[in-house]
Amino acid sequence: MLLDPRAPRFAAAVTTVVLAGALLVGGTPLLVGQAVVFAITAADPRLGPYGWLYRTLVAPRLAAPTELEPAAPVRFAQLVGLLFVAVALVGQFTGLPVLALAATGAALAAAFLNATFGLCLGCLGYLTLRRLIGRPMTARVPASS
Amino acid sequence: MTGLAVVVGVLLAATAFGWWHRRRDGRIRSVAPTPTAAAAATLVGLGLTPGAPTLLQFSSAVCAPCRATRRVLERVSATVDGVRLLEVEAEQQLAAARELGVWRTPTVLLVDGEGRVARRVSGVPDLGELVAAVRELTAGANR
Repeated sequence: MLLDPRAPRFAAAVTTVVLAGALLVGGTPLLVGQAVVFAITAADPRLGPYGWLYRTLVAPRLAAPTELEPAAPVRFAQLVGLLFVAVALVGQFTGLPVLALAATGAALAAAFLNATFGLCLGCLGYLTLRRLIGRPMTARVPASS
Repeated sequence: MTGLAVVVGVLLAATAFGWWHRRRDGRIRSVAPTPTAAAAATLVGLGLTPGAPTLLQFSSAVCAPCRATRRVLERVSATVDGVRLLEVEAEQQLAAARELGVWRTPTVLLVDGEGRVARRVSGVPDLGELVAAVRELTAGANR
């Protein structure tokens, strides 16, 4: 599956606005909505609501894309976003506003960096994550023995 | 009020990080010449054969600029004679990524003819700069 690379950039810009709005007005509904958008787009980027907005409102006014990019990086970024927003919602509902602010802030930073600098979260985070958690199993010694 | 402070703080910090990252991204860096036997063995294990300079690219499926980087490397090999290309999936070569200090994709290691990592670049390299760096390596090999 290949995507117009400008679609995820546009989606990241909308996400930035939504997350900033959630922080400014303390909106749980906005966070829930964003979580649903992240989940749908992670499952299939072609079904993403912001991608649909891009295709109907923005793409017709632009030239055809000169190159396409794979969908896997987009899906990874959406999953990370979903994780952050899920943690933020847990914070909201369990009376931990600091957790909610921190997690929403982290998601906002990632969306903003993607929108303005085209920063690829999967490039920076994925290998680091795999290196940290994907240690060879043989290196783990059972605690009981 | 707290929300406003978080938004302003996050946007300022993210902008600073974005500028810093953009300045480093794609920059070809020299590597301190500390060839370890383990690193050399890792390179051989990845399929590198000494004798000619090799551009070794670490890629991953979740990396959008990896394709662009591959195209730059292909143009380098079309421009400079005798340079080899090798691309590996970082997630399938985690031990090698650890040994060679690769933390992100795309990362390209410029390995000289003797199998030593001479330079490295993370992010999409500039074609002209990479050609110049590779020419230096091939010149060193012929000397």
